[in-house]
Amino acid sequence: MAWVEVPGQEKVLKPLLNTVIILGLIKCANFSPQAPAYHLILEGILILWIVRLLFSKTYKLQERSDLTEKEKEDLIEEWQPEPLVPPVSKDHPSMNYDIVSGPPSHNIVVNGKQCINFASFNFLGLLDNERVKQKALASLKKYGVGTCGPRGFYGTFDVHLELEDRLAKFMRTEEAIIYSYGFATIASAIPAYSKRGDIVFVDEAACFSIQKGLQASRSFIKYFKHNDMEDLERLLKEQEIEDQKNPRKARVTRRFVVVEGLYINTADVCPLPALVKLKYKYKVRIFLEESMSFGVLGEHGRGVTEHFGVNIDDIDLISANMENAVASIGGFCCGRSFVIDHQRLSGQGYCFSASLPPMLAAAAIEALNIMEEDPDIFSVLREKCEQVHKALQGTPGMKVLGESYAPALHLQLESSSGSRETDVRMLRRIVDYCLEKQIALTLARYLDKEERFLPPPSIRVVVTVEQTKEDIDRAASCIREAALSILK
Amino acid sequence: CCCFRLTRLFQGQESFEQAPMYVAVMTYLGFGLVTLFGYFRDFLRAVGLEKCHIAKERDEQKDFVPLYQDFENFYTRNLYMRVRDNWNRPICSLPGPVFDVMERVSPDYNWTFRLTGKTIPNVINMGSYNYLGFAENNVDFLKTVAERVQQYGLGVCSTRQEMGNLGIHQELEELVAEFLGVESAMVLGMGFATNSTNIPALVGKGCLILSDELNHTSLILGARLSGATIRVFKHNNMQSLERVLRDAVCSGQPHTHRPWKKIMIMVEGIYSMEGSVVCLPDIVALKKKYKAYLYLDEAHSIGAVGPTGRGVTELFGLDPSDVDVLMGTFTKSFGAAGGYIAGKKELVDYLRSHSHSAVYASAMSPPVTEQILRAMRCIMGLDGTTIGQTRVHRLAENTRYFRSRLQEMGFIIYGNDDSPVIPLLLYMPGKVVAFSRAMLRRKVGVVVVGFPATPITEARARFCLSAAHTKEMLDKVLFDLNEVGDELCLKFSQRKYTSRPKEQHHNNNDLNKDFKQDSL
Repeated sequence: MAWVEVPGQEKVLKPLLNTVIILGLIKCANFSPQAPAYHLILEGILILWIVRLLFSKTYKLQERSDLTEKEKEDLIEEWQPEPLVPPVSKDHPSMNYDIVSGPPSHNIVVNGKQCINFASFNFLGLLDNERVKQKALASLKKYGVGTCGPRGFYGTFDVHLELEDRLAKFMRTEEAIIYSYGFATIASAIPAYSKRGDIVFVDEAACFSIQKGLQASRSFIKYFKHNDMEDLERLLKEQEIEDQKNPRKARVTRRFVVVEGLYINTADVCPLPALVKLKYKYKVRIFLEESMSFGVLGEHGRGVTEHFGVNIDDIDLISANMENAVASIGGFCCGRSFVIDHQRLSGQGYCFSASLPPMLAAAAIEALNIMEEDPDIFSVLREKCEQVHKALQGTPGMKVLGESYAPALHLQLESSSGSRETDVRMLRRIVDYCLEKQIALTLARYLDKEERFLPPPSIRVVVTVEQTKEDIDRAASCIREAALSILK
Repeated sequence: CCCFRLTRLFQGQESFEQAPMYVAVMTYLGFGLVTLFGYFRDFLRAVGLEKCHIAKERDEQKDFVPLYQDFENFYTRNLYMRVRDNWNRPICSLPGPVFDVMERVSPDYNWTFRLTGKTIPNVINMGSYNYLGFAENNVDFLKTVAERVQQYGLGVCSTRQEMGNLGIHQELEELVAEFLGVESAMVLGMGFATNSTNIPALVGKGCLILSDELNHTSLILGARLSGATIRVFKHNNMQSLERVLRDAVCSGQPHTHRPWKKIMIMVEGIYSMEGSVVCLPDIVALKKKYKAYLYLDEAHSIGAVGPTGRGVTELFGLDPSDVDVLMGTFTKSFGAAGGYIAGKKELVDYLRSHSHSAVYASAMSPPVTEQILRAMRCIMGLDGTTIGQTRVHRLAENTRYFRSRLQEMGFIIYGNDDSPVIPLLLYMPGKVVAFSRAMLRRKVGVVVVGFPATPITEARARFCLSAAHTKEMLDKVLFDLNEVGDELCLKFSQRKYTSRPKEQHHNNNDLNKDFKQDSL
């Protein structure tokens, strides 16, 4: 009998062999001639088998175990790995960063030129706010800079607890949890709930941190067309049919839908009421990423749930970063305690990373104070967004992508040249032209090879409350000039 | 266990003493008992005799697939909840050598906490990663940081590749490169994200990652996200590593036997749960022989080891360019937040254009950048003072003193003699909790870690020493440890230690006094 062993299995077979021998010996000890015939035959076979095993040669057909030492040395010598990193050409578009000297506020100095800032996500102008800075300074005097530990090991400060409390109250949910980095927030939250075997339906235009969270979760990912509720319904119906084939498995497979409030890649809003209807019809849980819509949409800046008037308890998890409207660093998740509390032990970015520096948390608290005291700021922002949106319409050769009330718009080429590289270069020339004319814009950056659904190249135009009508008109005419001269 | 090669005779010795057999038996018994109680409690809850404190799903969503499996939460519900007052203790002061812990009470056995409003002042901090004492709020030292807050604000509101690349970031990167002795460096806003966003940029499918058994979660996550094949070798064990390397180069990729595109060895400088230091010279020799690449995560070792605080490369007298990718964080020894990744110019240029965080994640906050700049300049002596060097030496002295005293007292401690991270083995779950509570009553804040962060039989207390700890503080802690160790019978060590030569102890009289107190 050919006994093929592979490395490792030897470890299993040896004890098995020993067990067989011992059993055989026990059997021999209990041997009695009064036993029925089949008993004796079976025991005879067992004894013969043991004898065979004892005397057979176990030969391993281990892969490459027949290599001699010399051959191994030759292989080691011959093998040449690839270089650690491939060479990057000097004029790779991502090689040359624009250098900002001084603060990235409304008047920004880019590459040595004083410009008006249409590129930083400082929607509510809180980056320069005096009150925020004073609170941060007070916190600095008391706590120093870093927290020197994760939340579990004396890294929980009273400021963190206060910030979580305030965020929960502001969003009118039961609980909130803060992370020390915006990118890590949704990327840690998703794998905390969705594991191998679960199913996640996600919009094609989801941002990169959501994609990384999904990859870390090892669940089945099903993409539906951007903002297409019918496509989502089709996928959900298909899943329902699958479930009927295997109801036992379906009872333990969790399902989630991950969408963004305002999409960073397309600047449009998700159809939340329709989504909530689908949630109850097909029993899926909704995870809402609100980095761009927190502090922007809604009468009081509570985001897309307030914008549509959806009951916030219908959304299982809302995640947002505090790096846009709140002008600090970090991120948070909020929702019912039943959902959020779980992340305190299973959110990797929460448990295994140092907590948010207290002065950044203090700045976020003060930003929340300002947002609560003055809700008119949101309607001012919306007005400015409408102004910018209108002013950019009709730019020759370019189209504006995004809702009229979205603060971060995309300017895309109306007709692509066919090569992404050429398009990017043309857009870069427009950006450079505008920088010359003292309007700071930026190209929307992506990792071309890593994105699942790479968005077309575009220029990001960001609206902030600090921009005046003159600034907006100047920017719009500058972009128009640039487009005319470069895209002819 | 680590190997003892000739080079290591000149560095600190590492020890991982095993406890006597009865300890392991008692630990398993302890867990078994607690698990039985857990099942009993679950039964009581199901029957309705015990109040169920756990948050429940909404009524409208009762017929959804349950979000959590019951057994997943068994450990949390029945074991962790009873003792969770030992973790997440909130503080309301600077995380310096002493801090103020906020008092919490629980009316329902730790299901909910209420802050009483009182604080426990001046608790000695043996848990925060404040190795060089840069967690400080001295107004003079923080002058430049305050200026940056005033000038720049707190956030950056953009990514490095878009409008978030500030001049001070580039200044910091140059300083980091100079500090480490490499060509170039890149800084990021979060230490955890440094690993999880850069490893996928360096390796991918068709590459092999050889990861130490006890690597940090961020390294494991980065390795998983990269899509490369991961093989684990025994902790700090060079024979295991060589075997895996040899096998990998000779056999190639599984099934196809094509040669690997790249092989990357991932290790840490100091392993924070074990206190062990990586056998760097041996790994560098292996990597050169087998043409692999080395990724060194110096989160705990940068600033904390080495004669001038340059990390494990300096500790072993190696050239930093022998390590292909040097990574570290600014949270521990620099009292700030963030991470860096450094190496040759080609490597860093590639990462600037292909790292996930450079494209999608926010840039580092300006005041935090300034704190790192000032701390690093202080360590390098560029600010004209010797404060930095004094701190590095004081940390090394504190480490040697504390370790030797603990060993003399009879505790089992793990790790390398040079490592400022000192795990003290407690083993039994009940003792872990009693130890932490007893030390807090004596105004010493310790960190205890149990399953699942450590193996089930090896629960421990972990001390992180700081250059800011004075000898008086350390003596007080040692005195309390001695008493608590006797009360709870924690002195498991069976070795006999004689006192070390005079250079480690400042005052022999104190030592004699201590000996009288702790003679059995």
